[in-house]
Amino acid sequence: MTEHDVVVIGGGPAGLAAAIAARQAGAQDVWIIERDKRLGGILQQCIHNGFGLHIFDEELTGPEYAQRYIDLAEEQGVHAMLDTMVLDITPDRVITVVNKKEGLQTIKAKALVLAMGCRERSRGALNIPGTRPAGIFTAGTAQRFVNMEGYMPGNQIVVLGSGDIGLIMARRLTLEGADVKMVCEIMPYSSGLKRNIVQCLDDFGIPLRLNYTVVDIRGKDRVEGVTVAAVDENRRPIPGSEEYVPCDTLLLSVGLIPENELSRSAGVELNPITGGPVVDESMQTSIAGVFACGNVVHVNDLVDNVSTESAIAGRAAALYALGTFDGSTPGITVKTGPGVRYIVPNAINLARVEDSVTLYFRVDNVYENAALRVSTDKGVLFNIKKKIMVPGEMQHIKLKKAFLEKQGDITEVTVEVAGEEV
Amino acid sequence: MYDVVIIGGGVTGSCIARELSRYELSVCLLDKEEDVASGTSKANSAIVHAGYDAKPGSLQARLNVEGNRLMEDWCAELDVPFKRMGSLVLAFNDEDMRELDNLMRQGEANGVPGLRIIGKDELHAMEPYVADNAIAGLYAPTGGIVCPYELTIAAAENAVVNGAEVKLGRMVKGIRRTEAGFDVETSQEVVSARYVVDAAGVYADDIAAMIGDDSFKVKPRKGEYCILDKAKGYLARHVIFQPPTAMGKGVLVTPTVDGNILVGPNAHDIDDKEDTATTAAGLSEVLSTARKSVPAVSERDVITSFAGLRAVSGSDFVIKPSDVDNRFIIVGGICSPGLTSAPAIARMVAGLLRQAGLEASLKADFNPIRKDIPRFREMSDEERQKLIADDSAFGRIICRCETVTEGEIINAIKRPIPALTLDAIKRRARAGMGRCQSGFCMPRVMEILARETGIPADEITKKGGPSRVLVGPLNKGVAYDDRA
Repeated sequence: MTEHDVVVIGGGPAGLAAAIAARQAGAQDVWIIERDKRLGGILQQCIHNGFGLHIFDEELTGPEYAQRYIDLAEEQGVHAMLDTMVLDITPDRVITVVNKKEGLQTIKAKALVLAMGCRERSRGALNIPGTRPAGIFTAGTAQRFVNMEGYMPGNQIVVLGSGDIGLIMARRLTLEGADVKMVCEIMPYSSGLKRNIVQCLDDFGIPLRLNYTVVDIRGKDRVEGVTVAAVDENRRPIPGSEEYVPCDTLLLSVGLIPENELSRSAGVELNPITGGPVVDESMQTSIAGVFACGNVVHVNDLVDNVSTESAIAGRAAALYALGTFDGSTPGITVKTGPGVRYIVPNAINLARVEDSVTLYFRVDNVYENAALRVSTDKGVLFNIKKKIMVPGEMQHIKLKKAFLEKQGDITEVTVEVAGEEV
Repeated sequence: MYDVVIIGGGVTGSCIARELSRYELSVCLLDKEEDVASGTSKANSAIVHAGYDAKPGSLQARLNVEGNRLMEDWCAELDVPFKRMGSLVLAFNDEDMRELDNLMRQGEANGVPGLRIIGKDELHAMEPYVADNAIAGLYAPTGGIVCPYELTIAAAENAVVNGAEVKLGRMVKGIRRTEAGFDVETSQEVVSARYVVDAAGVYADDIAAMIGDDSFKVKPRKGEYCILDKAKGYLARHVIFQPPTAMGKGVLVTPTVDGNILVGPNAHDIDDKEDTATTAAGLSEVLSTARKSVPAVSERDVITSFAGLRAVSGSDFVIKPSDVDNRFIIVGGICSPGLTSAPAIARMVAGLLRQAGLEASLKADFNPIRKDIPRFREMSDEERQKLIADDSAFGRIICRCETVTEGEIINAIKRPIPALTLDAIKRRARAGMGRCQSGFCMPRVMEILARETGIPADEITKKGGPSRVLVGPLNKGVAYDDRA
């Protein structure tokens, strides 16, 4: 069994940022384990621009954004084990991996960072009835076929779900000559970014049908068409609203699921709302020395956020490996109040906070002219006026360490949506 | 000219092919699809029934109990996953209790060993997740589960290794009786044989009609199913039935040999022999009925759903030489317990062929043993290490959900019946069977398939025929700006 200071599982944007931060924080021996043949994760296939506006103040493509981190990782002497799958992790941070060259190996990590990302929800998980022909793809799989392999997945396309990848692919396939007939979204609002709805649908005249879903798939060998229908407020199809749409392809962009099979087998506590590990301000999970960051924790809209959050995890993992991590129990629990679906992190140990801690969260509905209220067990701290908040756009609030310290011995911080305008 | 042509590569036809390959005979198996196990045999309950459901004296009763007994040896020889963990029929009220008594008496008459009725406490100890209002159960220790498409594939492969031919993508268009036997006209050629076995599932009546035999009709009865994530595999330890109805054995909840939970089927008579579409109403019926047995069954845990067609012909199997020509053996109406009965049906058909005048001696070199693809996910670390040392392709994981290696996929492509479609690979190696339903591994499997076979990536199909996965290379379409 070999031993390393910090082992990062996953070489996407989260893993890269964590590994670089771990090196910068003084860990000597930092390894990324990546199942693909190269680093970069899903960014490799995201050839559209819009990445890096926050971190680099530039509009980069996915591969460009990834390359900056890959170069930096190399500069910093981060090691990478590519084309290698992690089969198992134990609570005491022993990792079993397999690859073609070395076969099975076990690795002991002084500190472990989980950065496995997420996967796409499939047709089966939605239980869409109908036949089972070729021509049904998750949007990300279709993106890989187009951008990495150079193939068209279909010619007449219906997109179910308005997640960002679905919106991006609606535009991408249109540019390649496909006829994208519509994007159906079962909710009354899109789960994608506003800018993607404008730039990917509106600019190309692709209709977005809110409160719509696919209720039947037809075609024995290849998709021949789908039946779409309007849904009521309980998301049940409204009889009589069905409409048959001939097409050869159904793309699904119906949600991303943090990929935590390994975390679960190690006994890491998961948040049932996000499907990701419960973490504190240092991105430490319920198991000491096991950290998590990026989409494995909660699904982000912007890679910039992933990089920022992952650097926190990497730095903390380095300190843990070096033996200088403050192991005391966090004193503050972070809670969600009405209107907030989930929040990350779930606890704060003020002693470990350098300057400030940022809370990331999503609201559970569309709120116009509402306010975000931050309170403690001792009372309301402040309200922030918000013109509009939608579930598809992650919110964040930065709390200064000094400000929190001023509140005295608080044990809880709660974020909620205050209904009325303030 | 073959000695025997078998029409239909389902579990029945494939087991018959394997049984006949024990003899010095030339045997050819035809199927209209691009793989065996492409019809009812890939979409059913996967149950090895104990044998208490069938009416005493029926073919179903005899062949079920005999097939159940043979299943163990067949699966051991063919390296097919089979678990004899027992089955339970639940009772919720006094009427159900009387039904359990009837089933038990019927089972005893059929020669089913070990049947007993268990009380509420024992039931709930055996199955902690069954509904609180289940008051008793009929326990059948010989009930179990098998992987139906694996059994079909394994039997067909073993037949091939022992000299049988399997011709796929052959739709039978017509059959002409000749002095020597039959000329079977397929979509590709005319295949001549001295004897024909009609094991064509829901189409068995149409095939028999080709020689003028209208003695039976097959009516498809659709059943829909849902598969739950392996994370819910703890919900059932045995095959859990509800009391049977006129339409069949009802909705069951059972583990699969791979550790998922299978719920279903409902039962609806239909006319279209190709209609395997699921419906919203049907899936919701399956889930809500399953919850009567195991309330924790949730649509949130469903990873996929499917429908299959039972080949129903009256109340029993139809296995007989045709009255039109006794060299034509009908094997029709093979609905449940057809999977369980398959090895016994195969023996019976061999007997009917003998009676019809087919003489053959046993092969001296018949090899009953077939080895499955090495299953990396089920191995110890030592076994895995050795496997990778022998062939490094077993060190590369392609399907992350089911932990399937590149080596397993290559093996599937190079078996006696090569897997040349995505579904064929999925059924043999399990790549794409997991919770992400091939979102991750599909492009990788296609890359391997293209590399190993030379099939261009954009000509790879999901299940043969016009089921191409991709429509072509990029830039074949009209650029957006150039469109009218």
